[in-house]
Parts: sequence; structure tokens; C-alpha cells
Amino acid sequence: MTVSLKEALRDCPRVDMHRPWPRVAADEEIWRSIAARLHDGDITLSGLWGDTGAVHMAILDETSAELVVVSLECPERNFPSVGQIHSPAIRLERAIQDLFGLTPKGSPDARAWLDHGRWGVRHPLGDRTEPAPPAAYAFLPSDGEGLHQIPVGPVHAGIIEPGHFRFTANGETVVRLEERLGYVHKGIESLMQGAELLHAAKLAGRTSGDSTLAYAVGFARAAEAALDIEAPARAHWLRGLMAELERLANHFGDFGAVCNDASFSLLYAHCGVLRERVLRAAQICFGHRLMRDCVVPGGTSVDLDEKGIAVLHALLRDVRQQFPEIVSTYDNTASLQDRTVATGVLTPALARQFGAGGYIGRASGRAFDARRAFAYPPYDQLSFVVPILEEGDVNARVWIRIREVEQSLSLVEQILARIPGGAIRTDLPARAGEGMALVEGFRGDILVWLRLDNSGRVSRCHLRDPSWFQWPLLESIIEGNIVADFPLCNKSFNCSYSGHDL
Amino acid sequence: MLKLLLQGLVRSPLTEPRPDPNDAELAKLAAGLDAAARRRLGRSLSIREVDAGSCNGCELEIHALQNAFYDLERFGLRFVASPRHADVLMVTGPVTKNMREALERTYNATPSPKWVVAVGDCAFDGGLFSQSYAVEGGVSAIIPVDLHIKGCPPQPVDLLRGLLSLMQASPARHAT
Repeated sequence: MTVSLKEALRDCPRVDMHRPWPRVAADEEIWRSIAARLHDGDITLSGLWGDTGAVHMAILDETSAELVVVSLECPERNFPSVGQIHSPAIRLERAIQDLFGLTPKGSPDARAWLDHGRWGVRHPLGDRTEPAPPAAYAFLPSDGEGLHQIPVGPVHAGIIEPGHFRFTANGETVVRLEERLGYVHKGIESLMQGAELLHAAKLAGRTSGDSTLAYAVGFARAAEAALDIEAPARAHWLRGLMAELERLANHFGDFGAVCNDASFSLLYAHCGVLRERVLRAAQICFGHRLMRDCVVPGGTSVDLDEKGIAVLHALLRDVRQQFPEIVSTYDNTASLQDRTVATGVLTPALARQFGAGGYIGRASGRAFDARRAFAYPPYDQLSFVVPILEEGDVNARVWIRIREVEQSLSLVEQILARIPGGAIRTDLPARAGEGMALVEGFRGDILVWLRLDNSGRVSRCHLRDPSWFQWPLLESIIEGNIVADFPLCNKSFNCSYSGHDL
Repeated sequence: MLKLLLQGLVRSPLTEPRPDPNDAELAKLAAGLDAAARRRLGRSLSIREVDAGSCNGCELEIHALQNAFYDLERFGLRFVASPRHADVLMVTGPVTKNMREALERTYNATPSPKWVVAVGDCAFDGGLFSQSYAVEGGVSAIIPVDLHIKGCPPQPVDLLRGLLSLMQASPARHAT
């Protein structure tokens, strides 16, 4: 019988001032035993990141909705690799090696990940050293008769972010896809160090533009946890309102884009109109189409007035009138279904192993949703359903989005009806502390971990995009599909490059 | 589907009117661009978008140019899939060091005459990221920029104004 996570970590010293979940200091033996449990699958890896002379691992116990951070000091500048027995950790460990120069002992993949040898420095967050000369990236080999390679990117054909895809195909069938990312690495975590809290919040909001609101909420919640303060009730509800608007806008965009990648531009056009209506409503209500910098540590920087409430009611009316016809057109167009059904199947086992969040996990039977599991305000007082499907194909990921649109519309309506009055922002004390947040962005759960120094400035901040656990799965689901279906698979995932590369 | 198609016949178009070409802001944008450049560009532009490290916010708004409200193809503007087909490179992001070479190669693959439009605050000077070890600090640090459209991100109507200023009829063009 397995012991609970809490029981297993009982003897580890607990770090003070880490809120709201515990952080414990482990030794290598405990670290290895946790890696083994990740491999067994009774707990989920939620994050793995470096620090000055240490590594941290966030562990999620989905059955009890417990989260714990396990820390390991690395005096020898190395740590036992988790990736050697639990593959979702591999890229995270490669990033730690690149940024901090801490080596994962026994890692199956020693190649650099974010560092392309062009920064002019190595280990920018650790002990900085001279860069190694740029070397060609060694892609994984594929051997077999009649195989050919198709290199794609970093500059793609559409208006999308940069990344490199190396396809190996046999005729039309993809045998292997290998991603190479890191092209949009901006050094956000390095810019965070020493930054004032409000400046750092701006940086967090520019980690992934499509999730700017979700990142701002995550950062604000982590900062409030570190400072041990609570935002006013109205701010929580405004954050929830904006988060659902962001979800709506992105789901409309993705739904239309999947249809467009199957050359069905009618729905792309109609979904584009709905997305634009959401953004325009956001502009009127909050002064920015993407609601950038609208959420700050301590509350929100904008309030909702009567005019805004009327605009949002009109938006709900419009969407509810038009969306059902769009959905029924999607459902009744055989040529479209032919492309999406049974394409790019992600098995529930793989979704669970990687802790895939958002519509990707929920289309493959993983019920996790941070809004439900941790019921942070205002979601503790709102009623909503977390839609789940088992099929795991492109069609299922579209349907999860459709169902989530319906839920978000209901959430917006509930918030408008019951939003409390009062202040929207509270003052920030300047003191030290460690805080953490897990919030549900449109694409999945975003983890923010933050340490503040005595003056209330950021001494270390880590932002883990849901894409870290989704990108590797895209490599897996394309296998055996035809090259022409890759855009559909990719769009149905819609992973963030910028959020991942940071 | 029939219902959607029928609605298209009876409902009025959603398209926004053309931004005012005499707009002071637009004139300011156009001032940075010489008349000869505009003369050569003519009435139609093919645009290749390059993300050189943006957070993807600018991409979202550039995408919006193609929706029914902004419908940029009515102005003779269209996005193309290859730099070899492009008149204009539209570049976003602070130019990360990891994207520098790709941007230079894309620029070199674009046939002359060509113009570069830098979109967003970080494309202007690196924005919030300008002090990072990983960025070059703006598009003009790497390739010559003809027009900056600022904003974080710029709204679609700002993008449209900027692009129209590229094409704005100049007396010189009519003279030739």
C-alpha cells in the first residue's frame, strides 16, 4: 500500500514562510523516492525549476488536491535526474542545466534546450561563464528504408510563433516529429530578479500574450501568498470575470482556426467575429482588448462600471444567439468531421503521465482543473461543470472548448449577477516571503512560484506554462498521422512558444 | 450551415470604415517614409509576418486584421507564406538572440525593393526586455526599419492605419 505524500515527507524539515502550500527540504534519497512515485503514476509532476544552488519540484496529488514543493540543495552542482525514470521532467531539467548550470545526474538527454549558444553567456541565472562555441543541434536519428526529413521553421508559413519542427516521414506518414524550441527565450526570469513587484507583474503578463490575464492572476496570487495578504473580494470576482473573457476569446479563436486548417473558412470567419466581439467588450469594460496589466498584486487596476455590465450582457446575448448555429454547422459537416475525428489521438495514459492540463488533458480523460481542484476565489462560490471526454482526438479537443465556452458564458453571467461591491485593491507591505499559485488559464494550469526579499522585491520567480507538459505530447500524437494533418493536431493543442521559452 | 449562409445575405456587413487617411497620427507615421518608397509600393502589398520573440500578443492582433471587421484584403493587403513573395516584412518582438539569424535570413530572402514594419513596443527598442542577456533590443538593431507601429500590442485599427500610410497615395506617384 502506498503511503500518502504527506506521510512520505513527514520527516523532511519544513521551510517557513512558504504559502499557501508547504515546501520541504529533501535529501537525495527522498528526491529519488519521489521520482520513483512519479514514475508509478500516483502523483503528478507540476513543476521542476532551478534556484541558486538548489532545485525545486512541485508535486501534485490529484486525489487529495494537495500540492507540495520539494527542494534539494545541490552543493556539488548536480542532482539526481527525475527525467531518467519520468520523461515529463527531461526538458525541464535541460532548461535548469542551461539557465543555472546544475546538472541532472543520469539524464537520458544531455543536449542544451533553451540555450542555442547565442546568448554570449552560459548559465545566465547561475554562475555565469563564457559561452561554448555554437554547435549544430543533434536531432534524434530515425533509420529505415525510404524515410525522408522535412525541416519546418523557426519562421513558419502562418502568423504564428517561431519554433523548429523536424519531421521524419515515410511517404505521407509521419514516423517521428522532434521539436526544437527556445527561439523566443527572452530571459524573463532573469529580468524578474531584483524587480519591483509591480514591474515584475508586468513581465509576468508578457510571458504569453494570449494568457496575459491568467499570468497576471497567477503572479498576483503568488505575491499575495508571499506577503500573506488577501485581495479584496471584488478584485477576486473581477479577476474571475476577466479570466473567463480571456478563455472565451481564445476558445473562439482556436475553434475557428482548427476549422480553417481543415479549409473550412466559413466557421473561421464566424468564430473570428465572436472573438472580436469579446475583445471589444474587454476594451470598453477594462480599457484593453487583451486586458493586459488589468490585474496587479493586491487586486485589480480597473473596475467595472454600469456601462461595462450592460456591454457584457449584450455580449452574452449575441454569443448565445450565434454560437449554437456555429456548433451545429461544425457537427453536421461531414468533410470537416472527416478531418478531426480520430486524428491526433492522445491516450488517457499519456495525458495522465504528463499531467497534461486544459482541453488537452480533459479531452483525454484527465479531469484536472485548477479552478475546481483548488477552488480559489471566486470559483469557490460559482457553479460550473468541468467537461471531460475520453477520445483524445482533435474532435474531442474542439468539443471540450465548445463545452467550456458554454461554461464560461454561465460563469460570466453568475459573476455579473453577484459581484460584490467595495474596494478593488489593497496596499502591499514590503516584506520577505515565499508564495505560490496554480491558476487555470485557457490552455491549462499555470504555476507561479515567487520569493520576495525583505524590501518586497523579487529575488526569484519561476513561471511554468502548461505547454511544458503539452509540447512533448504533440510529438507523440502526430506519429502515424499524415503530414497534412499536422496543422490540425498542432492547432488543436495550441501550445505557447513564448510561455514555454520564457 | 444554410442558416449561417442566409444570415450573410440579409445582415449588413460588419466591416469597419477605412481609417481616415488625413489622420494626424497617420501623417506622422507616413512622415518617416520617403515618397519614393511609397511610389514603388503602389496599391497592393504582400506582407510576411516574422515573430522575432514576441509574447504572441502582437500576433493575436495581426490575426485580427483578417477578421470580418478589419478585412485587410479589401485594401490590397495580404499576408503571404514566404518571404520570397513579400514586399513587406512585419516584425514583432524584441529580437531574441536565438531568432536573430532567422530574422536576418528572412530579410535576405525577401526580394528588393522591400520594407520593414516593426510592430509593438518591444520591436521598437526591446521594451521591457531590452536589458536581457537574451535579446538584441529592437528590430532596427538588426535590420533597417521603415515604419514603427507602437502599442502593447497595437490595436488592429492602429496596424491598419500604419499599413495604409505605407500605401498612401503621394503626389509623386501620380506624376510618374
